[in-house]
Amino acid sequence: MADMQRILPWLEDRLGLDAIRSFIAHKRVPVHSATIWYYFGGITLFLFMIQVLTGVLLLLYYRPTPSEAFESIQFIMTKVEFGWLVRSIHSWSANLMVLTALIHMFSAFFLRAYRRPREVTWLSGMLLLFLTLGFGFSGYLLPWNTVAFFATKVGTDMAGTVPLIGPFLLKFLRGGEEVTGATLTRFFGFHVAVLPGVTTILLFVHLAMVQKWGMSAPTAEEEKHQMPFYPHFVLRELVAWYGALGILGGLAALFPWELGTKADAFAPAPAGIRPEWFFLAVFYNLKLIPSRIWIFEGEVLGILAITAGVVIWMLVPFWDRAPDGEKPRLWVTGVGVLVVTYMAVFTALGYWT
Amino acid sequence: MAVLCAAALTAQPAAEKQEDTCIACHSELEDELGRPAKMFQDDLHRKLGFSCVDCHGGDAGSLDMEVSMSPSKGFLGKVSRRGIPELCARCHSNAELIHPFNPRQRVDQLALYRTSVHGKKLAQGDEQVATCIDCHGVHDIRPSSDTLSPVHPLRIPQTCAKCHADAEHMKAYSVPTTQFAEYETSVHWNALSARGDLSAPSCATCHGNHGAAPPGVNDVAQICGTCHVVFENAFKESPHEQAFEDMGLRGCVTCHDNHAVQAADLGMLGVAEGAVCADCHSEGEDAYTVAAGMRTRLDELSTALRDAREVLDRAEEAGMEISEGRLQWSDANEQLIRASVQVHTFRAEPVEETAAAGLKVAQDARQAGFDALDEKEFRRKGLGLSLITIAFVIAGLILAIRGLDQETAKSDST
Repeated sequence: MADMQRILPWLEDRLGLDAIRSFIAHKRVPVHSATIWYYFGGITLFLFMIQVLTGVLLLLYYRPTPSEAFESIQFIMTKVEFGWLVRSIHSWSANLMVLTALIHMFSAFFLRAYRRPREVTWLSGMLLLFLTLGFGFSGYLLPWNTVAFFATKVGTDMAGTVPLIGPFLLKFLRGGEEVTGATLTRFFGFHVAVLPGVTTILLFVHLAMVQKWGMSAPTAEEEKHQMPFYPHFVLRELVAWYGALGILGGLAALFPWELGTKADAFAPAPAGIRPEWFFLAVFYNLKLIPSRIWIFEGEVLGILAITAGVVIWMLVPFWDRAPDGEKPRLWVTGVGVLVVTYMAVFTALGYWT
Repeated sequence: MAVLCAAALTAQPAAEKQEDTCIACHSELEDELGRPAKMFQDDLHRKLGFSCVDCHGGDAGSLDMEVSMSPSKGFLGKVSRRGIPELCARCHSNAELIHPFNPRQRVDQLALYRTSVHGKKLAQGDEQVATCIDCHGVHDIRPSSDTLSPVHPLRIPQTCAKCHADAEHMKAYSVPTTQFAEYETSVHWNALSARGDLSAPSCATCHGNHGAAPPGVNDVAQICGTCHVVFENAFKESPHEQAFEDMGLRGCVTCHDNHAVQAADLGMLGVAEGAVCADCHSEGEDAYTVAAGMRTRLDELSTALRDAREVLDRAEEAGMEISEGRLQWSDANEQLIRASVQVHTFRAEPVEETAAAGLKVAQDARQAGFDALDEKEFRRKGLGLSLITIAFVIAGLILAIRGLDQETAKSDST
């Protein structure tokens, strides 16, 4: 005990913990009717940490080759102590993380949290969202089951339709012309090395910006009433995190993630094959477009239009010029409502048709 | 004959470039003289460059009937039924001629036909029997791989039935006419027509096609054994083989029928109502005891498999991963199939040994299902405990938050 009394001050001195402690003690969070939306960023971060932890545990047994990938997951689910739980949590948490990331992004949009001086926070957040989708896409293939194999084929086919760089992009993603073991190796590399590396850097930037500029409130009026970050907001965030943990555990135990059947490259694609739910809206949208529009290929125009839409959305800090603290503009809210409705409706249609 | 030989020696695709006057004139006719010309459009021979004159003789280059259908030009007119096999064989028994068209085509059809019941009766003057054109068609002959060909595997039964199911046509012969109706109820026809398995047997598979004849009494097992090899091997080693031969019984057909072969099930085995063993064996005989014993063992195994599957299905519906249990079940099922084959040794020991092994594996599979259900309960309990713990933590946090908020409100008011 006496040693602890000397070690802690030593650590505080070497790590400069005083400055951090002082910063946290003075950090404030606005309190208003929309404060509840503040928690979704933290929940997304919490789910990401769960992904890293469960992902590392899965890495101890997973084998990224076509002949062993499926069997290694089968082994994890049947032979490894609590392997079933780790795998199911990893799969459910991935889906929940995409959902909470989308909610966080839309809440930031509707609360106008992207306005000056928080543009970099918004941009880094959007990039983090794309990385999350990339995690989802690359991780989906790793069990090497029938659904994953053909969903990846469909998804990379769509990437191949991008003008100019499409063919290169397709070969880059697949590691060849077709989805093979090379694709699995590549996706595994993206999923456990490249994406985590880039995400860590961007997360650092995103969180640093949040600390620097604090939490935004929709109007200057709503910014007035505040609560201390520690312990008031932290305790509330812990409630949210424990709530998320309970939901995750319930889903993993009551609805264990399916293993499916091992992929067979020579079998025909199952009827009604489609990508994961977070790509369904785009997938269904592309299916609706006629194969030719004037002299252009319909699918190409569709991909270009969706890409343009995403870029415009990403650049919202530069076309919504209402200053920070001013009441949000109605037409911008309208655009947001349209986008949410489009995504919800097309995802539902893609799922049910 | 000399005309036929001359025609055979010169048989080759007739005048490819000039107009075929046979077709040109006959296709203008409406009656039965015009029909062959119209049908010939779909004929394989026409597509390979052959013409009417290659069978009927004559001159396809002349529009003058006196010339084109002149006997001096080799015109034969309508070929008699007795002459048809030899007419077709001019080409189809000539290996050198057929080889350029299809190197693997057989050229022994005429020789086989002469050994068949049809061929022998035709040689005796009976023109009611089938000749080449009755099965293959005449002016619109298609390859047997064409689904419209009367000799496509899916259509052979109907082609044979044209005569063999016609009581009026068959009344001169001592042959029943129920075969087609019986065959349509069979598992073989189901495999062919419903499952699309073109290797499933039809009439020609067992009776032969060109050399069509009913199998000899002692040949039945071998003919069934061309597909059902392991059953034939088991039967040959069994006491039934010699016994059936001595009694003049027709091998597999004795229990399984010939045309109305049904999917074999356990109901056929044993001594209960509907089982075939009791047709010959009475109570008190060793064979009766063996039959009853085999049935009991296979029933046990079948029941164990059903029970195991029920438990595994429940576990799977509950979301448990039971692939290993399913594998064990498949293993046990294979033992049941093996034991069913071994029934045909008509000896108790092999069946009992295989069934016992299968029973053990089926019980393991069932246990795997129960283990999975137990694991499901364990997980539910674990989840319940975890959720209770989480609920307590959340409650504690909420209480702490309330306490803090009250303190903050107090310090703000003072």
